[in-house]
Amino acid sequence: MKKESSVINKIFHKNGRAFGSMGYFIILMLIFLIGAPEAWLRPNLHQSVFVMMPTLIFLVIPLVFLVASGEIDLSFASTYALAAYIFSILVKSGIDPAVAILAGVISGAVVGALVGALIVYGRLSSLVASLGVLFLLRGLILVLTESRSITMMDELENHWVYHLLVGNFYGFPMQMIWALAFVIFSYYLFNKHVFGIHIHHVGDNYVSAEQMGINVKAVKIKAFMFVGLGAGIAGIFTTLITYSFFPTQGFGYLLLALAAVFVGGTPYWGGLGTIAGAVFGVGVIAYMEVGVIAVGMSGVWRQFFNGLIILLALLGHRLHGDRVR
Amino acid sequence: MGNIIELKNVTKKFGGITALNKASLHVGAGEIVGLIGDNGAGKSTLIKTLVGVYSPDEGEILIRDRKVSSWTALKAREAGIETVFQDRALCPQQSIVWNIFMGKELTYPFGFVREKEQINEANRLIREIGFTSKLINADSPVGNLSGGERQGVAIARAIYNNAELIILDEPTNALSLNETQKVFDFVKNVKKSNRSVLFIGHNIYHVYDISDRFVVLDRGEVVHQLTKNDVASPEELMKIMRDTIVQH
Ligand SMILES: Nc1ncnc2c1ncn2[C@@H]1O[C@H](COP(=O)(O)OP(=O)(O)OP(=O)(O)O)[C@@H](O)[C@H]1O
Ligand SMILES: [Mg+2]
Repeated sequence: MKKESSVINKIFHKNGRAFGSMGYFIILMLIFLIGAPEAWLRPNLHQSVFVMMPTLIFLVIPLVFLVASGEIDLSFASTYALAAYIFSILVKSGIDPAVAILAGVISGAVVGALVGALIVYGRLSSLVASLGVLFLLRGLILVLTESRSITMMDELENHWVYHLLVGNFYGFPMQMIWALAFVIFSYYLFNKHVFGIHIHHVGDNYVSAEQMGINVKAVKIKAFMFVGLGAGIAGIFTTLITYSFFPTQGFGYLLLALAAVFVGGTPYWGGLGTIAGAVFGVGVIAYMEVGVIAVGMSGVWRQFFNGLIILLALLGHRLHGDRVR
Repeated sequence: MGNIIELKNVTKKFGGITALNKASLHVGAGEIVGLIGDNGAGKSTLIKTLVGVYSPDEGEILIRDRKVSSWTALKAREAGIETVFQDRALCPQQSIVWNIFMGKELTYPFGFVREKEQINEANRLIREIGFTSKLINADSPVGNLSGGERQGVAIARAIYNNAELIILDEPTNALSLNETQKVFDFVKNVKKSNRSVLFIGHNIYHVYDISDRFVVLDRGEVVHQLTKNDVASPEELMKIMRDTIVQH
């Protein structure tokens, strides 16, 4: 009996931040369920969340790695559009969409690595430098596209890769399955792989990490690269779902993705992070976006409640963190 | 008997400060070398240069009598050199296991970590070092440990890899008498297995007791290299140190 409770204690102790985020998610769902049971039981409400959640997951999970390594990135919101743009022009020029997807995702990773290299070797503040890249890349896309969208209905509609990535699997959206696979892969990478463990060390105390022979610069650049890769995947998934690229794509996800990281229980100071928590963070943010309207409130309340949730979540994690740390 | 490591005329500057000025030092197999000098003499800078944390502005580093280029902390560890740094080089938010295996994780192919094995080894090491508190296990974050216990983790990490050369930068600072004795016993065991130790300490009696040879550093310069035969007592060693400082 005593042993059992200590095991439960240990699990809670180790994963406290993830459980905290799960708690916020459950509370939010209960509020919506009580507030608007009819709306809540309608499947189309959840369907719109299922479009948003995978996109956020591909953005947020890599950000957990980066924040845990002691850095931050804002440029991902533009990398997202750049990857989608490269994908779109390749498809339009007659290249097979499967190949174009690969090219788009790789270009996202390359941009991420370049941003990382710039910040690490230039010894720049990641917040400010990535803000610069955010505008720079977005500006480049606007110039290149002359602010015009690209529609690819004909090219994508019946292609196998469309059905594989964003089709339906017995009524269940495929993108949710890919997002789930991404989460599981990332969980192992973060907690059980040398890369993830080094991320923790670098974010915790980079001087110690360096003294123990960890290549701090390489670890950080890889984390930025992972963020770029995730942004590339997210951009292409959204483009597939909507059959179209538009030049302002991804901008709306910038603050939502960052909010999900911190609501999810990853602290900003580095050395700690939680993948499971981030998934609940994404859940909170995604349901918040649709839930406010579902319970019959005006859409103008959405940002207000987003803000409230972020602050309450931070306070909650702080109280909890003070107990375990 | 060849040298495990040798520094030749190494200079290291930090901005305007010359922390090391043409310093030379070597450690042979099975030898315990005591490195002594006042606060700020450059001892820690010297060992950090030795193990590739700092790259020297001038001079050479030789490993087993061969000159190395682009010497890094990782290469030093791969060459069988382990260090207990003065600041202990720990990550306080991470567990004891992760700290013990930091930078040298036990892995399967593709870089996934052998968790079970690491935990078992860490628990064994903790017992070997003799942590007192029963609450401590390999999963506890290092930040929850006492100063002496943290030092134990850093020492455990240096022990684990059976290094050819172990460098200890003031390893007994926060330790009780009992624990200090354990560190000395450990140093003597290392010598018995014909491996080497470079020992930095402020307590001259301790350094005298365990070292075969002494290197005295003063304001970045190696001012004395003495064997135990040259020095009759710790008091004499202390006098030598004091005289150098007066001379300057
Ligand atoms: N990273 C650094 N940046 C600038 N100056 C440094 C740095 N590291 C050491 N120094 C300077 O170099 C000199 C030697 O420092 P070092 O830490 O090697 O001394 P030490 O002999 O280990 O002293 P202690 O016994 O107090 O540990 C000091 O004057 C110190 O201020
Ligand atoms: Mg020192």
